[in-house]
Amino acid sequence: MEAVAALPANAGTRAPLASDAVRRAAEGLLIPLGALAVSMLLFGVFVLVLGKDPIAVYQLIWKGAFSTSFAWQNTLQRAAPLILTALCVAIPARAGLIVIGAEGALVLGGLAAAVSGHLLSGHAPLAVQLAMALAAMTTGAAWIALAGGLRHFRGVNETIGSLLLTYIAIALFNHFVEGPLRDPASLNKPSTMPIDEASMVGNLPGLDVHWGLVFGVVFCLACHVLVRHTVAGFALRVVGGNVRAARLAGLPVGALILGSCAVGGAAAGLAGMVEVAAVHGSANASLIAGYGYAGILVAFIARHNPLAIVPVAILVGGINASGSILQRRLDLPDATVLVLQGIAFMAILAAETLYGRARLFQPRGA
Amino acid sequence: MESEALGWYGVPIAVLGGAIRVSTPFLFVSLGECLTERSGRINLGLEGVLVMGAMSGYAVSFLTGNAWVGVLVAGLAGMALGLLHGLVCSLARVSDIAVGIGLMLLGTGLAFFLGKPYVQPKAPTLPALHLGDWSASPQIQAALQINVLFLAGIALAIAMAWAFRATRWGLIVRMVGDSADAARAMGYPVAAVRTLCTAAGGFLAGVGGSFLSLYYPGSWNEGLSSGQGLMAVALVIFARWRPLACFWAALLFGGAGAIGPALQSVGVTGGYYLFNAAPYVLTLAIMIFTSSPNRTLAGAPGELSVTR
Amino acid sequence: MSHDLHNRSRRTALKTLAAGAAATAASPLWLPRAFAADFVVGVIYVGPKDDYGYSQAQAQAAAAIKKMPGVKVIEQEKVAETTDVQKVMASMIEEDGAKLVFPTSFGYFDPHMLKMAEKYPQVRFAHCGGLWTEGKHPKNTASYFGYIDECQYLNGVCAGHATKSKKLGFIAAKPIPQVLRNINAFTLGAKSVKPDITTQVIFTGDWLLPVKEAEAANSLIDQGVDVITMHVDSPKVVVETCERRGIHVCGYHADQSALAPKGYLTGAEWNWLTPYTTHVKDAMAGKPLNNFLRGGLKEGFVKPSPYGKAVSEGARKQADAIKAQMMKGDFAIFKGELKDNTGKVVVPAGTVHKQTDVVLEQMNWLVAGVIGKV
Repeated sequence: MEAVAALPANAGTRAPLASDAVRRAAEGLLIPLGALAVSMLLFGVFVLVLGKDPIAVYQLIWKGAFSTSFAWQNTLQRAAPLILTALCVAIPARAGLIVIGAEGALVLGGLAAAVSGHLLSGHAPLAVQLAMALAAMTTGAAWIALAGGLRHFRGVNETIGSLLLTYIAIALFNHFVEGPLRDPASLNKPSTMPIDEASMVGNLPGLDVHWGLVFGVVFCLACHVLVRHTVAGFALRVVGGNVRAARLAGLPVGALILGSCAVGGAAAGLAGMVEVAAVHGSANASLIAGYGYAGILVAFIARHNPLAIVPVAILVGGINASGSILQRRLDLPDATVLVLQGIAFMAILAAETLYGRARLFQPRGA
Repeated sequence: MESEALGWYGVPIAVLGGAIRVSTPFLFVSLGECLTERSGRINLGLEGVLVMGAMSGYAVSFLTGNAWVGVLVAGLAGMALGLLHGLVCSLARVSDIAVGIGLMLLGTGLAFFLGKPYVQPKAPTLPALHLGDWSASPQIQAALQINVLFLAGIALAIAMAWAFRATRWGLIVRMVGDSADAARAMGYPVAAVRTLCTAAGGFLAGVGGSFLSLYYPGSWNEGLSSGQGLMAVALVIFARWRPLACFWAALLFGGAGAIGPALQSVGVTGGYYLFNAAPYVLTLAIMIFTSSPNRTLAGAPGELSVTR
Repeated sequence: MSHDLHNRSRRTALKTLAAGAAATAASPLWLPRAFAADFVVGVIYVGPKDDYGYSQAQAQAAAAIKKMPGVKVIEQEKVAETTDVQKVMASMIEEDGAKLVFPTSFGYFDPHMLKMAEKYPQVRFAHCGGLWTEGKHPKNTASYFGYIDECQYLNGVCAGHATKSKKLGFIAAKPIPQVLRNINAFTLGAKSVKPDITTQVIFTGDWLLPVKEAEAANSLIDQGVDVITMHVDSPKVVVETCERRGIHVCGYHADQSALAPKGYLTGAEWNWLTPYTTHVKDAMAGKPLNNFLRGGLKEGFVKPSPYGKAVSEGARKQADAIKAQMMKGDFAIFKGELKDNTGKVVVPAGTVHKQTDVVLEQMNWLVAGVIGKV
């Protein structure tokens, strides 16, 4: 940790000689890392006040999150669902919308996946998996597009709209899982009918991490290309920058808003499919695990940049993984992780103000 | 809007009682958020502030034996978190929405962490005013057992509505919220006003939290708030940034939340998940019918990031 | 040139980082070690372990196990029923050397515990509430549970004596077999006192919703209900609300009498120490795992709370007599003929279900007298 703290100063003194692109990259990397180092110090003080040894805490965090291949798998597994739910926030954000309804898209996507997977049981596993993914993504896309549509056509604020839709989605989900769609054999854990064992997507070869990680990374890459390297992506950024200007330029604002919501919703829906097809084998209340809300934070820390979502999600996953060992070894309560995350994110967000401040990071011409 | 909210006085006693019992935290948090948003900032982290208020209020009530001291400390704890939000957001280019989400995490985390020792003990709770004693019916007596904080919330809503309209302070807050440039030109310190408004909003949200732990349901545990703070923030947009409308919105929302249990208690037993979602469906429906795509939300502070 | 320099700085930084990592690897002495000498037991809770309810009942047993010589207990609370719990089980085994794991929430069983049991066949897993089946589930997994419906029946007897309105209330999370069995036993107990008693059920929809639980209690009381019991994770709020409204209440999971000194009748409490001790002792002695461990009052898996002040002399006598029969093992709660609340015969005349009968763990009906729907 001390090494990380030393990084900015160390590299900073040499930055004037680096090229502009490197400077910008260095800025994007060093500011959050510096903020992280500061927050670790603050957290250390917090721990010290409570009478625990901060050095031991740091070492355990490192050990639990990143020190061994087991720890890495633990971290990556926890990061996987957050990558997809963060996209549900980041992509609409490109169009200037603050959507916080990923949790709803996730549970309904999971429900759609479970139902379609069961209906198609007996068919070729790959076909079933594709159908499940398609059903989940369509459902998630439609759900978030609904929030976008309410915004565009009725002027309903999309932040509150998507939040309300999340509560409604969870109510619908619970109603169906414990009512009409309940598998009578699911006794004390009401669930939908299970999908075939053969149709489960399982883990990555040789790892204890499921395929959701790869889906998430691929989705992020695709979104990066979409936003950065396509006309639609450019138009989206124009809408996000200034709706009026976009209208004057004749851009199809409605289609762009709905489209970005649909892409984000599809990502969250896919996260639901992964939970069903890689973990639970059916839809049940365990799907309501708060991944959708954690994704909001990941997206904001990543500044809605699809590529940055992956490392940020891994950071969050790592903190969560290390929370486990902190509880067991030091008898710290589970909320320790929340405190650490809260401090870290406040620090990283506050550090936003540093961008463009330090002259060292600015392009020469500027 | 007021007319719909008034209509709830006609529905059964359980819903009325539920509205009075459940609405107070919504009312305080939404009034706090109303003040913050009127100054041009949004604090999505009031959920964390509410939980922190609930915990600190209960803990202090237990330690001092006086629930009112608990309420005060809950407000101060909320104010500290609000101040943090206000100060961080005063830095250039920091997104108030993102910081709010961070604050939600920090507030909840601190409350859970520090609140562990207070889950078990029984702290003194706030007394109720028995306004229903004229009635022979115990149901009405129970429904009209009103906490002072509820009345304080109503008074505050009225006072805030008046202050926004008629006092210099209210005008300054509104000006800062509607146009930072204009306020700056008039020589008002924009960041300082917003920070103060966020801190004051945090105080109110903290008091709202203490109602949960010190009156209804009246104990501290980690599941105490099921998103009341988050919903209350949403209610402000629903109430169009008008303090009195915040009151009706809170009452409506609280009453709608009582429908589910009330229906089950009279034997309507199917579909309780759907009945329990009534407050959300109702809020969304009203928003759909009262919003319009052709104009920005009436009453929206011009500087507010969610409505720009 | 510039690139070169920059790279060098990066390399130096990386080296520093690596040095830091190496220092961590060469773990200093003050770090808690993997507890090599002790028998390590891992306990996983779904809620906070001080919730005055479900998780606390388990944590009390874990705390007692800690005192056994040669045993080291590691705990983790608020673990979601997702891959999280799989990773927690694996961490306990890989990082702390746990040899026996207690995943205490129902939702941990399938698929999470089963998956981990397959991966770590040398570790024992003892799950609370699951229906372990020979041939279907791995040999290194087990389930333990208590017949708490016996205590709920006694709750019902006391409630039946205490009620004046003959309307009882039951606040439950979800209509699952474990819950339905409790509702039915409570109602049957009450009906043994006054046959025309009814029990109004409210399902809140989730295990921990304090505001909704308080609302449910208030709604029931407004409808004239004068004794309430519950099956939620943390009964504290319901008990306190009943006390405030001046009605009687029967507790659940743990002893809540301190929360309602006036209205508390009795309560259904877990005593998980019994199965915990069995599993830990067996594992330490290398005895085979007892895959299906069940017990009621007689076996010391459950116990009633001491009677509150409001329990009448007659109620005590009747409840004590039934309890004595239960302790002898010759009392059946579910014996024919029983009809459900739609009029269908669910236990035909002449059929007597012993407590150990697994049919009872698959209950999907509400007995006549219960107002509510599965």
